[in-house]
Amino acid sequence: MEKELRLMKGNEAIAEAAIRAGADGYFGYPITPQSEILEYLMEANPQTTTGMVVLQAESEVAAINMVYGGAACGKKVMTSSSSPGISLKQEGITYIAGAELPCLIVNVVRGGPGLGTIQPAQSDYFQATKGGGHGDYHLLVLAPASVQEMADFVELGFDLAFKYRNPVMILSDGAIGQMMEKVWLKPQKKRSEEILPWATTGKPASRPRNIITSLDLDSERQEKFNLKLIAKYREMEENEVRFEEFMTDDAEYIFVAYGTSARICQKALQLARAEGIRAGLLRPITLFPYPKKRLNELADRVKGMLAVEMSAGQMVEDVMLSVNGKTRVSHYGRMGGMIPTPEEVLENMKLFIKG
Amino acid sequence: MADITFNDIIKPENLTYKKSKLMTDNVMHYCPGCGHGTAHNVLAEVLEEENLQERTVGITPVGCSVLMYNYIDVDFQEAAHGRAPALATAVKRLMPDKFVFTYQGDGDLAAIGTAETIHTCNRGENILMIFINNGIYGMTGGQMAPTTLAGMKSSTSPYGRDVSKMGSPIKMANIVAMLPGTCYVTRQSVNTAGGVRKFKKALKKAVQYQNEKRGTCFIEVVSNCPSGWKMTPVESNKWMEENMFPFYPLGDIKVPAE
Repeated sequence: MEKELRLMKGNEAIAEAAIRAGADGYFGYPITPQSEILEYLMEANPQTTTGMVVLQAESEVAAINMVYGGAACGKKVMTSSSSPGISLKQEGITYIAGAELPCLIVNVVRGGPGLGTIQPAQSDYFQATKGGGHGDYHLLVLAPASVQEMADFVELGFDLAFKYRNPVMILSDGAIGQMMEKVWLKPQKKRSEEILPWATTGKPASRPRNIITSLDLDSERQEKFNLKLIAKYREMEENEVRFEEFMTDDAEYIFVAYGTSARICQKALQLARAEGIRAGLLRPITLFPYPKKRLNELADRVKGMLAVEMSAGQMVEDVMLSVNGKTRVSHYGRMGGMIPTPEEVLENMKLFIKG
Repeated sequence: MADITFNDIIKPENLTYKKSKLMTDNVMHYCPGCGHGTAHNVLAEVLEEENLQERTVGITPVGCSVLMYNYIDVDFQEAAHGRAPALATAVKRLMPDKFVFTYQGDGDLAAIGTAETIHTCNRGENILMIFINNGIYGMTGGQMAPTTLAGMKSSTSPYGRDVSKMGSPIKMANIVAMLPGTCYVTRQSVNTAGGVRKFKKALKKAVQYQNEKRGTCFIEVVSNCPSGWKMTPVESNKWMEENMFPFYPLGDIKVPAE
């Protein structure tokens, strides 16, 4: 398959991009609003073309553990789900992080808590960036704001997962998953045939047996392992912070928003500028590692930052930590699947400016 | 024959049972008299004799055999509690030429992992599932398992398992035998030399069926837990024969048509 321009849903773009990125396996379970990923892959039937395995598991729990098994073989494997399903996967995710396995997990977020709603939300930020499962670990979290990024972040996600031997999450939402946009798809990549030295692929005489586990009953060794993980996360913070800025050069007030909210803030920004308000926007692309340094620099010369999220206020805590009291920080959010309008966001920026 | 000495007996040609070359020298953590060590060695013998080391991926459970990867010299993945069949499914689907086995206890396979057990068997994944059933949670200190016999005492059924409140012991081998995906389901034991030989024969059959990709093979081993049952090894074997075997009768439950 050559490079190609298509009109696709965000969910479909992820599925097609996974095939083209040379993924070895996808394991999933239906849940709205992301079932198109599994449906698209089943229809595309890549086992007959690239050899990619696609399997509908009996539960989200089984699906993430299939990902564990596949990742432990050094294979490029992924799963996807939406909020309640991602909660079910948390046990598997922490084991994957603890066993230092590379994989890609897609969360097309819907409103919660509980069964919540099927409409878009950004209320899984804490779960995605602060842990989610038990123990000290982090995912590397990518936040797409377009169908194009849904596609692009699949390959990027796999690359980062293997670079750090760490699970990577694409934290999307029901809006980006369901909306259609044009998307450039990359040419088909061949699936890797490389046998990774740490992978469980059957023990040849030439190496000791490989063991994939997250267990160490010796506290001293376990702490050393924890320190190793922390060093890995610091390395991500050094090398992998990604963000985008709009009109921040002369901005007095800055919107901080990711994903769907960032797109709404882009429009609110134009409306603000038209009214003579010197607003800017910082869009974090990686949510972990977070663009702390850049926000801290901007805090030296702006009058305030407004975090806009479709949640009760989760990412705003990272904005506060980043600026460390240097500037005013507030939050505006809608919940339960409600999406704020640009006008509504501008009104709230004006209220924030008034103080 | 009174003049036969010890040194006459230990000659290599007289050696019937020995440690498999695939067993490591690591000191085992299993309690004295536990069936796990024997089951491990028989499995290792079969892997060795069938030249499977280079293409074997084993999946260990959470439970007493969580550290199995320290004892058999093949590649291993350690699964979350109950999830071994899900891992094995992916390993086999992604690398169909490998020999993939899971090794689980009763809490792992028949309680927390029931869904994975049933659906892996129902899909007929080409893997071997080894199920050690000793009717108790050994590692956590002797709590009631889904396979604990009616009336049997454990730390969480101190007055005996009351089936009206706690449910009846579950016969997993019979359940998975009903699913079209399983090709070979058998119940064995390792407490006697005869039992060991039969278990080994069952493992060899399973290897053959795996090579022929005939579906899921499920071998239950009814075993003992001297520590959890609070008995000596000898008492526990006797108790097992008198109480476990009548409820979990040994023998083949499902065999494929030749």
